[in-house]
Amino acid sequence: MRIEGKGLIARDHRVSFTFDGVRYSGFQGDTLASALLANGVRLVARSFKYHRPRGILTAGSEEPNALVTIGTGGRQDPNVRATVQELYDGLEARSQNRWPSLNHDLLSVNDLAAPFFGAGFYYKTFMWPRAFWEKLYEPMIRKAAGLGALSGEDNADRYERAFAFCDLLVIGAGPAGLMAALVAGRAGADVILADEDARIGGRLLAETYEIDGKPGHVWAEEVLAELRAMDNVRLMTRTTVAGAYDHGTFAALERVSHHRADRGAGAPLECFWRIVARRSVLAAGALERPVAFRDNDRPGIMTAGAVRAYLNRWGVAPGKAVTVFGNNDDAHRTARDLMAAGVHVAGLIDSRHDAPEVQGVHMIRGGQVCGSTGRRSLEAITVRRAGGEERIQTDCLAMSGGWNPSVHLTCHMNGRPAWRRDIASFVPVAGAIPGLRAAGACNGAFSTAGCLREGAAAAVEALEDLGLKASEPTLPAADDTPYALEPLWAVPGKGRAWLDFQNDVTVKDVKQAAVENFRSVEHMKRYTTQGMATDQGKNSNVAALAVLADATGRGIPETGTTTFRPPYSPIAIAALGAGAEGKGFQPQRFTTSHAATVARGAPLIEAGLWYRPSYFPKPGETDWRQSCDREVGYVRNAVGVADVSTLGKIDIQGADAAKLLDFVYTNMFSTLKVGRVRYGLMLREDGHVMDDGTTARLGEDHYVMTTTTAAAGEVMKHLEFATQGLHPEWDVSLCSVTEHWAQFAVAGPKAREVLNGLLDTPLDPQDWPFMSCGAVSVLGVAGRLFRISFSGEEGYEIAVPARYGASLFDILVKRAEGLGGGPYGMEALNVLRIEKGFITHSEIHGRTTAYDIGMGGMVSARKDCIGKTMSQRPGLEEPGRECLVGLKPVGPDGRLLAGAHLYRKEAEAKRTNDQGYVTSVCHSPTLGHMIGLAFLADGPERHGEIVKMVDGLRGVTTLCEVVNPVFFDADGGRMRG
Amino acid sequence: MRITCPHCGERDHREFYYKGHALALERPSPDAGEAAWDDYVHQRENPAGVTRDLWYHEGGCGAWVVVSRNTLTHEVLGTQAASEARA
Amino acid sequence: MGNLVAKSPCKGLLPLSVGAMSASEVETGAMTMLSPRKGQDGALDEAMRAVHGLGYPAPSGVESAGEARAIWFGHSSVLLVGAEPGQRLEEHGVLVDQSDAWAVVRLDGPGAEDVLARLVPVDVRLCAFPVGSTARSKIGHMSGSVTRVGEASFWLMVFRSMAETLVHDLKSAMEAVAARG
Repeated sequence: MRIEGKGLIARDHRVSFTFDGVRYSGFQGDTLASALLANGVRLVARSFKYHRPRGILTAGSEEPNALVTIGTGGRQDPNVRATVQELYDGLEARSQNRWPSLNHDLLSVNDLAAPFFGAGFYYKTFMWPRAFWEKLYEPMIRKAAGLGALSGEDNADRYERAFAFCDLLVIGAGPAGLMAALVAGRAGADVILADEDARIGGRLLAETYEIDGKPGHVWAEEVLAELRAMDNVRLMTRTTVAGAYDHGTFAALERVSHHRADRGAGAPLECFWRIVARRSVLAAGALERPVAFRDNDRPGIMTAGAVRAYLNRWGVAPGKAVTVFGNNDDAHRTARDLMAAGVHVAGLIDSRHDAPEVQGVHMIRGGQVCGSTGRRSLEAITVRRAGGEERIQTDCLAMSGGWNPSVHLTCHMNGRPAWRRDIASFVPVAGAIPGLRAAGACNGAFSTAGCLREGAAAAVEALEDLGLKASEPTLPAADDTPYALEPLWAVPGKGRAWLDFQNDVTVKDVKQAAVENFRSVEHMKRYTTQGMATDQGKNSNVAALAVLADATGRGIPETGTTTFRPPYSPIAIAALGAGAEGKGFQPQRFTTSHAATVARGAPLIEAGLWYRPSYFPKPGETDWRQSCDREVGYVRNAVGVADVSTLGKIDIQGADAAKLLDFVYTNMFSTLKVGRVRYGLMLREDGHVMDDGTTARLGEDHYVMTTTTAAAGEVMKHLEFATQGLHPEWDVSLCSVTEHWAQFAVAGPKAREVLNGLLDTPLDPQDWPFMSCGAVSVLGVAGRLFRISFSGEEGYEIAVPARYGASLFDILVKRAEGLGGGPYGMEALNVLRIEKGFITHSEIHGRTTAYDIGMGGMVSARKDCIGKTMSQRPGLEEPGRECLVGLKPVGPDGRLLAGAHLYRKEAEAKRTNDQGYVTSVCHSPTLGHMIGLAFLADGPERHGEIVKMVDGLRGVTTLCEVVNPVFFDADGGRMRG
Repeated sequence: MRITCPHCGERDHREFYYKGHALALERPSPDAGEAAWDDYVHQRENPAGVTRDLWYHEGGCGAWVVVSRNTLTHEVLGTQAASEARA
Repeated sequence: MGNLVAKSPCKGLLPLSVGAMSASEVETGAMTMLSPRKGQDGALDEAMRAVHGLGYPAPSGVESAGEARAIWFGHSSVLLVGAEPGQRLEEHGVLVDQSDAWAVVRLDGPGAEDVLARLVPVDVRLCAFPVGSTARSKIGHMSGSVTRVGEASFWLMVFRSMAETLVHDLKSAMEAVAARG
């Protein structure tokens, strides 16, 4: 029910919305919660476990009950707090966790079965039969208990991530935060002021306090205007600072478009900020705590501060006959504000016998509310007082057990808050987050003047740290009444008294935990689920541990709190992963021949971040094998062209370049002649093979190293470590040139013929023997040529600056096609290298040594190199190691499978008989059957033996002959030409 | 976490690759013996307190950096280019 | 047989305008990585001044002279952009041709800082990153280089092969910034 003339809403801007399909209206400036209350809607949700009817408890992001679903399909947001959701025209909200409807929820039978559902019921009830857990119990529990659901459709909203930097981050824009931002802003500091609310002012918007003789919200507006005029102050509204991390890093969630009917029209729905601040002020305020009494969860029972907020900020009276129950002076404000607004206050119950008198209301001092009645919402309360019980008719109870400072962020780096007896609350410990100062209510200062004072002081101190001069601010005049309370956590009595509304945890549950010896607060939390999930104990934490303290005979400070973890309030995974879906997941690297590759219809295969062609299908080919076999044929019989630009290329120059290569490769490079290329093997320091590739010597002090595509980054890092970390005295410079050059393999008997058409000087085989390299002129462009082969045929790799890559590829392919060849893809490349027994990372997978791959002889005895010492450990060279062999199926149709294991022919295929495994397989069109590379115990000595290949996953067993891994042209005559 | 690169200044840890203890800079001679090599390649302290470790500014200037930091408080006590730390 | 035809990294991807912001490819001319030889830092600096009229920039700095820019590019390297390196430099430094290795995109317009705040984990606001500042950092998930060439203008550089991803990431960020108004 609206109260004329009250509230900060736009009365001239009416908006329409629906809740569970029923149309209502509210005003701009309303939250969904305030609009529902204004429309007299009290039942808004069903509880998590017992499906009890629940209403709106609070007026902020701490709301445990009023969780609703907004939107549908790809834009369905579950578990939205009605107290945070700003109203807009056309908003459609639905209640959750009920079936078939909110009013008639069949699962509310859970509440009748409550005696079985107490603390630890999962652990006790669903123990056996064991198999039932996954199939029956868990699905059943998931269906019955829970919150809102996702639609299962792709998220249609846009999210983003962003970085921000500042001198001072002020968290919270209530009186303390505003004062801190003002002082720092005036001193010229680079300030970010962030607040979770859409409107600046914090608690000032919900109260009738005056500052400097003006209503608090007017003062806030004036400060806001001044801050807006400063270009060194950034205001971030609707932004929750959710986590504090190392070295001044904060996580914050900005809700950019949740309040817009058009969802932002291209703007993100949410933005996840990482804010780096040199100093910070936490002015997060305080949260009011409920009092536990029997049936204190009935819709209509709210926190006293929330009732004031609905009244003062939104002009809503949450009831016609309101009662107030508290243990502190602050609760009295609710009664006074309501009466001043003309709302009937049916009673003010203060648990303190010596509570100050409030005039004009039926006041019960030393009384306690011990129960409530009502069907789906509050109708009456029972008050226990000296001389008996009294029943009061009321449709809204405003309760206050005092206020808990919002210390959450100060605990994110392992800080433990300290207990302050006078306010019966935990307060932050200074220094818990380096560079952060708490000020105002979150620091236990509950008066307006105290907040202003602490906010200013925190800013002055932070400015000093930052080396900025702050003028002592004149503090505005404000109320400085001390806050007095007498702790009251739970009203004794029968029945269920709720501590944690979101997780359905009662006083009895906490006591039960203590009885069962879950006495540590952390154990109690997990046993009862109190303070779990999104709630993180915002409403219930202190009261629950007070009950535990009482049950275990300890004090509250000894009992301690559980750990508050980030995020302060929930953050959608979509926001955390913003921009990283689809094409944003990881960069895509395209070669210069990519467009031509795609135009030829080649399926792409990912190699690291690169996209390479699998094969180039021709019309009429129905199977990749047909294309692959044809492309292998190009290379073996005519000429093939492949883009090999993705291989890493590192330019190494300097007087000590040769020393570096000798150090990182097992074999010698200082002896390599200028104009020649050598294959090199690189080890990790633990003696296992890291990578391989060819390195060309272009000049006395100038080499170009080639790495595998996948290991290019790792090798660069390794070389940088060797030069910076191990030999900084060497004169050597490294530079990746992978991207500068487009490089193509031209391989096959007609390779030279292809090249001769475009080199300005035709190739003379005398000048270009196998493993030579040098500068060439390619159609007038300075390029490089390397006579190397990964196919076993006469092969060249020709490189030109990348701008000419697309053009050169086209020309090469056309020439090759003219000679009966064409482009080949990764499948053919793989077949060609397996036929030759050349290794890739399938073989050098991180657990093999030079010895294992048959290259033990390549570890030079004449010098040290990275990995040499460790590669000579006895275990890495001993007989019995699994070493590289070739495999050939015994019958012509025998299948080989990579990943399959090898056994002796007669042995049972079990782990203890394992003799090795298959790493690479292909159908060899050259040989007409399948071939494979494998590691086999003592393999090189077993050529000719028949072994059994077993693939247990795919159920394939094949007898194979162990052979030389070089299947084709074993003496290498073809590639030497 | 923020790490001060000796060249680039303070940067977010996402720009860095982590290697491990700065002991990796103290490579033994080839004849130092099995124990020395075992220590160098495999053995690492796991101190609750101050440690020195190596970070590579991979998403930045390419410098290897020695970072002294406290594993308990996460405080970074100082950083130095690996090339300087060795020299 | 025809000639080899040059194609720039962002051909077909740029230019691009979103709101008042634009992204365009920069034709930089020659790009050369310069690394001083051991102990030759000072000599290389002098040679650069003599030949190109610009010195070896301090870390995170840029030196310019006419069309030529020397952009600090790493722990021991600078990228000389827009000038063929003089032979004299080779005496004191290692020179590596990088003319084709990088996609260079210029981002202009009000909001450019906001766009970069969504892509780069470095403070690029004018107060912290004035004209003539450069940073090797991440652009999205890519290693790159960001240089402020004007009050509302930046050069972004990533490896040539990632040009499409750079444009994709940039466009998304520009649209999000523009849509906020």
